[in-house]
Amino acid sequence: MKYRFKIQLLCVCAIVFVVSCSKEILEPLEENEAASGGALTTYDLGENAFGHQADGLDDAGNTAFVVGNSFFRNNWTSAPASASARDGLGPLFNASSCGSCHALDGRAKPPTNDNELAGLLFRLSIQGTNVQNSPVPDPNYGGQLNDKSLLDVLPEGKAKISYEEIVGKYADGTPYSLRKPIYNFTDLAYGNFHSSIMYSPRIAPQLAGLGLLEAISEAAIVANVDINDADNDGISGKTNKVWDYKNSKTVMGRFGWKANQPSLFQQTAGAFAGDMGITSSLFPNENLIGRSKELYGNLPTGGTPEIENKNLDAVVFYMQTLKVPARRNVADPEVRAGKALFNTLNCAGCHKPTMKTDNHSIAVLTNQAIRPYTDLLLHDMGEGLADNRPDFEANGKEWRTPPLWGIGMIKTVNKHTFLLHDGRARNMEEAILWHGGESSKSIEAFKKLSKAERNTVIKFLENL
Amino acid sequence: MKKIIYLLSFGLLLGACQKEDTVATQKRAALTNYAEIVLATYADSHDKAKDLQTKINDFVSLPTQAKFEACKTAWKDARIPYGQSEGFRFYGGPIDGDDGPQGLINGWPMDESYVDYVVGMPNSGIVNNTAKFATISKSVLEKANEAGAETDIATGYHAIEFLLWGQDFNDNGPGQRPYTDFLTIGGTAKNQARRGQYLKVAAELLTENLATVRAEWESNGKYRQEFLAMAEDQAIGMILRGIATLSKGELAGERMTVALTNQDQEDEHSCFSDNTHVDIYMNFKSIQNVYLGTYTRTNGQVMKGTSISDIINNNSNAVEKNKLVLASLTEADQKTKLVFDSAPFDRLILNDPNKKTVNAINILRKLSDQMVDAAFAMGIKVDNELK
Repeated sequence: MKYRFKIQLLCVCAIVFVVSCSKEILEPLEENEAASGGALTTYDLGENAFGHQADGLDDAGNTAFVVGNSFFRNNWTSAPASASARDGLGPLFNASSCGSCHALDGRAKPPTNDNELAGLLFRLSIQGTNVQNSPVPDPNYGGQLNDKSLLDVLPEGKAKISYEEIVGKYADGTPYSLRKPIYNFTDLAYGNFHSSIMYSPRIAPQLAGLGLLEAISEAAIVANVDINDADNDGISGKTNKVWDYKNSKTVMGRFGWKANQPSLFQQTAGAFAGDMGITSSLFPNENLIGRSKELYGNLPTGGTPEIENKNLDAVVFYMQTLKVPARRNVADPEVRAGKALFNTLNCAGCHKPTMKTDNHSIAVLTNQAIRPYTDLLLHDMGEGLADNRPDFEANGKEWRTPPLWGIGMIKTVNKHTFLLHDGRARNMEEAILWHGGESSKSIEAFKKLSKAERNTVIKFLENL
Repeated sequence: MKKIIYLLSFGLLLGACQKEDTVATQKRAALTNYAEIVLATYADSHDKAKDLQTKINDFVSLPTQAKFEACKTAWKDARIPYGQSEGFRFYGGPIDGDDGPQGLINGWPMDESYVDYVVGMPNSGIVNNTAKFATISKSVLEKANEAGAETDIATGYHAIEFLLWGQDFNDNGPGQRPYTDFLTIGGTAKNQARRGQYLKVAAELLTENLATVRAEWESNGKYRQEFLAMAEDQAIGMILRGIATLSKGELAGERMTVALTNQDQEDEHSCFSDNTHVDIYMNFKSIQNVYLGTYTRTNGQVMKGTSISDIINNNSNAVEKNKLVLASLTEADQKTKLVFDSAPFDRLILNDPNKKTVNAINILRKLSDQMVDAAFAMGIKVDNELK
């Protein structure tokens, strides 16, 4: 008995010795650190990790979630159909349901064959701005390329994607290779693009915690704005100012890859209209323009509007009340070491670890301490990631800091690890390395880390 | 003294082992019985789909009203075993795991005008689009099915249902497609031969897809062997995830709550044939069959073996939970039967003063949560939310 105790003691000593000998600094654990979404955190970490409903909803809320899920998942059909609540797809569209791109409420991967753009779309605009400061759509193709269409309608065109490998090296000599996408548009059915065409590829992101992001007060977001980089850390951060169609005024943007949407309601109605050709009370017109409008403007519709208000509200409610996956094993020493480096490298300068939600019409979203790892602000990300297409106040190099919570669960839910706005990064490491612009200092420092240190940063990110 | 203690502990250990052995043996028996029931249910579904295919081939070769009615009857008969198979979904099994054919077999909602003419569009659909679809074959339909980045629009039970009944704009009954839509000389509508061909190909695809699922569950089937090789509790968790998700997310949620909330007469699964009440009751039967380890085959043969209920009942932590589940199963049987007896479902949701639909929804939700609780009491975590 005594003997065994000695061995155990020896083991404990050995562990303590090893840990204290390593130079990694362990960031102290914080209270409820695993609960990324506060009360809206799910501990089911399987395939449905992005699809869980907030606790504590009332009967009406439970029903709205079920109805919203149904209209999110199921495909829309051509009009007229017997199930009239679900018809009105197209005439031009990118997908026939929300869920076909946001599979399991998760993230799409970049296309692997030329004929199928599922999950990736291209925003289009030409030089200039509209009166609301919004981008000007292409006169023949509108605000985005619709690569799919109803049976008797011509799709707008296809995008062929190829990649060019760009090699680089860490300070320790380890080589790496990043792939830069090259887009070619073919089979354009409605004439040429305008001579000043600009396009921006956008992949469908995971939906975890969107309601919580909506519940952050505007003041809390503005507090992080440092437009002239007064603190001289290389990071400025600005808000986008976008048009709110419901209230007919310019407001702060916070959703979408360029923070070009003010609310989940507008983002959702916009996606119904632009991605699926489903009209709503907010966007009552089909996404047809020029020649396509002449040809297909009189096709049967699925009603006026095609998605009824209560169903649109239910889809929005569904997204607002989706939980965030909990972090796994936050106490892991490597994860903690990675977290320390994430902070020292000032990744947290934009990917703000903690936020607090304010008031929201959905009570369960109110006053939550959350860990979204975003400031919801626009930052210059450099030439490498630039789409060179302005979107309201966001210039062609600026992107909104995407939230990192749940990012490590994409592999489990969607069975891939592609990241960034167009899915070019094949994994976490490549996503880090693509960062430029305001994040240059952080990335240069990251490249100087040892392989073991770099791995802890990646391990930390995969733990989110 | 020491020896006695050793012997005593050994005895205790042995006793515990024996108890564990019986528990494991019982679990194994329940898993095998489950696999037998799954196989029988898919075998019946497949056989009934073959009957339907035979009737359809016969009808298309020489359409008559009587043969048309025989097809419709065969379709309704085919839905009875299939409805009882839906509790085998939601855990990544052969039906809806990676590349599983669920969407090809039972996809919904059906894109009618993608398939055939609809009111106001006499030339719509693959049937009438000779330019884009010169021939109608299995490969053409499979490919067309994926055109909208979805896999559930042009094939399966509901596509066949649409071709047999037509659109349902009839407030008091099912769709009224005339059999003459398939009559190549002097028939109604256009492209009658192509419509017949579509119907035949859809029936063939349905039969083939069901055959694939059935094969996976045969005694030498690939999936069955994987399933039976799993740790007992993992497999039990999957079985319960299937029926608990069917009960709450799918049946109470997607199929009843959404239809009721929308008050849309055709926002229901078998809308062309007004057969949704059968879908609902057979889905409930699927939950009951799995939990009680029983199934009545289409030929009347009754199967009964060690059940999930037996396992839960044998666990001292969960035995009380099992009683709650059994009580709710009885109540849910009555309440879904009331919905069944109040057919058609599309009329019931518009006028339901006695709240039959809501009552069925509530007990199905409760039943599902109780099954999750019962599993949890034996240390098995089950998720019953729809993805």
